[in-house]
Amino acid sequence: MSSCCGTETIDFTKEQARTAGKLQTVALIGPPNSGKSTLFNRLTGLRQKVANYPGVTVEQHTGRMKGIGRADLLLVDLPGIYSLDSYSEDARVTVDVLNGEMPGTPKPDAVLLVLDSLHLRRQLMLAAPVLALGLPTLVLLNMSDLMESRGGEVDTLALAQELGTPVAKISAAKGVGMDAIVQFLQRKSGEAEAQQLGAQTQPLELPVVGNARSYRQWATGISSRTRYKAPLSSDWTRRIDSVLLHRVWGPLGFLMVVFAVFQVVFTIGNPLSDGLGNVLYALGDFVGRFLGHGWLESFVIDGVWRGVASVLVFLPQILLLFLFIGILEDSGYLARAALIADRFMKTIGLNGKAFIPLLSAYACAIPAIMATRTIENKRDRFATILVAPFMTCSARLPIYLLIIAAFVPREPVLGGILGLQAVAMVGLYVLGFVAAVLTARLLKSSILKASSTPFILELPQYRMPTVRALTLRLYDRGKLFTKKTGTIILGATVVLWVLANLPFHAALGESVIGRLGHFIEPAIAPLGFNWKIGIGILSSIVAREVIVGTLGTLYGADPATQALHLQAALRHDLTLGGAMALLVFFAFAMQCTSTIAIVRRETNSWRWPALQFAYMSALAYFGALATNQLIMHFLR
Amino acid sequence: MHALSELPVGTAGVVDSLELPDAVQHHLMHMGFVPEARVVVVRRAPAGDPTVYSIDGFEIALRRETARSIVVRTTTEEI
Repeated sequence: MSSCCGTETIDFTKEQARTAGKLQTVALIGPPNSGKSTLFNRLTGLRQKVANYPGVTVEQHTGRMKGIGRADLLLVDLPGIYSLDSYSEDARVTVDVLNGEMPGTPKPDAVLLVLDSLHLRRQLMLAAPVLALGLPTLVLLNMSDLMESRGGEVDTLALAQELGTPVAKISAAKGVGMDAIVQFLQRKSGEAEAQQLGAQTQPLELPVVGNARSYRQWATGISSRTRYKAPLSSDWTRRIDSVLLHRVWGPLGFLMVVFAVFQVVFTIGNPLSDGLGNVLYALGDFVGRFLGHGWLESFVIDGVWRGVASVLVFLPQILLLFLFIGILEDSGYLARAALIADRFMKTIGLNGKAFIPLLSAYACAIPAIMATRTIENKRDRFATILVAPFMTCSARLPIYLLIIAAFVPREPVLGGILGLQAVAMVGLYVLGFVAAVLTARLLKSSILKASSTPFILELPQYRMPTVRALTLRLYDRGKLFTKKTGTIILGATVVLWVLANLPFHAALGESVIGRLGHFIEPAIAPLGFNWKIGIGILSSIVAREVIVGTLGTLYGADPATQALHLQAALRHDLTLGGAMALLVFFAFAMQCTSTIAIVRRETNSWRWPALQFAYMSALAYFGALATNQLIMHFLR
Repeated sequence: MHALSELPVGTAGVVDSLELPDAVQHHLMHMGFVPEARVVVVRRAPAGDPTVYSIDGFEIALRRETARSIVVRTTTEEI
């Protein structure tokens, strides 16, 4: 950082001539918290496409600019960044897109640069590298209504002259100033068609690229020459923080939020999921009646429909969780929660931003892994993704409930406050948590060591979350979940159904999967499992809760109506050691193809899910082995 | 000259230099931690770490280990 802080002159007349052509693609760029997403939603309406940029884990949002009547134009939302020359993946993606080097994304013909007018001095630092690209640019001073009502000022004409490009004051939240964007785009379309060479041929003074200090001096210089007066900061954010970050009230409020997340997932989400499940299964049974009792019915209903339904039932919980996370994030509380949790998370080698994703993993690892996107540091994010499936998700509950009810006596402990069964349940939750913590420490001291970026957290001002933004978020996440994981689940269930039904008319024990069960029996016998449990474990690789259904079929009982029979059958067939080993196995094993699929998606490589599956399966096997052997030893 | 981490809550300082790896230093400078910028210690997290600093009208939380490498001059003014 000791290099010179001067400026260099860039003449970009030629650049503009080269990019002249029909206006088709517009890029939206801005620093984090500049209100960029709000503007994107306003310009595109609620129709947008979310995908990942090829080769990286950065999310790509694109949409037609229907919100301002220009459906012919494609708007590309770029990640929120502080500078183009930082080393983050986001910045690299932004540079590639702007240079037209990102496969699948057309080179933008124009740029909308959004800056938060409340903090213009700092935000202007991003203008330098963006203008240096030489693309036609409109600078948008967002939240200008707030700035003016709080006594802030800026001379936009002078700013336009300094920057050599048009500047407009807008309020994305209220939809003020959108006509300036329309006009800019119309003028650019006209210019482009007329092959007009940019009128402003006067060279622009821009700071040396890659030098933060010179950007800063440049931005400060422009701010003072355009008579920028920063508005008074609203003090109610600080007032709220003096409670929510208070030494006593802060952690208390934090615990209440944690409790509320649990409460929502279990008391509202579970019944909704059960209800949806009943509807879906009833629908399947109803349709099944028209298919007769042959292999067709078995394939469509047992194979395809039930497999897909077993995943769809988690949709209510996932949407509820994302509603919760959305409210926390949009209001600004999530950053405070990360701040409070950071001290504890640091002791396990992660940072505070990992806390909420890990908490949501108690409902389901899939939304949790999707929520890790708030963690900027890639290594921390991957470590969080890798440990999230250890948290006791709701798909483990059916098998936990079944085994505990069958093998743990209903005895009061602690003077009758808790039942032994409840203690066993809590124990399993603790077991998963401990495994997650130890694995995180292991990862952070080995393959994911030495995070190069430390914990730097910007605390945004508190804002009221909007229904519009929350709706969009739920729609996005819901679609992603049903589409991506639904297809994987569908494929896996079809394969399993075929394996369970080949050769034709064979009993389950004689089918391919039955033989597989017998084949692996010697390997799982030391764990106290018989071949039926083996089949259950194999079939539940798709999803943990599948084992209950499989065991139900295997023991000739319908789990929904004859749970007692299944319990009795299990008591007859399994030792106490084997039953406890099965619980430990499910606490550790990664029996969930949806999670594998989502980890593949989020890490953009098969390497991480493969490693995770191998590690968790090994831990499950040896954990179960140790449990069974210990219990056998002590009961002898 | 002090490390930023040594300033008590409620006091202000002026950034003198950053002694951090290039990538981190760069990031922090873009977030406002440049020489001559005025920084106020707003509050500590309930557990005592990280600490919230106000710079340029933004509030940014840093862990002690990071703030230790930011050198500041103290100002006598009260806030």
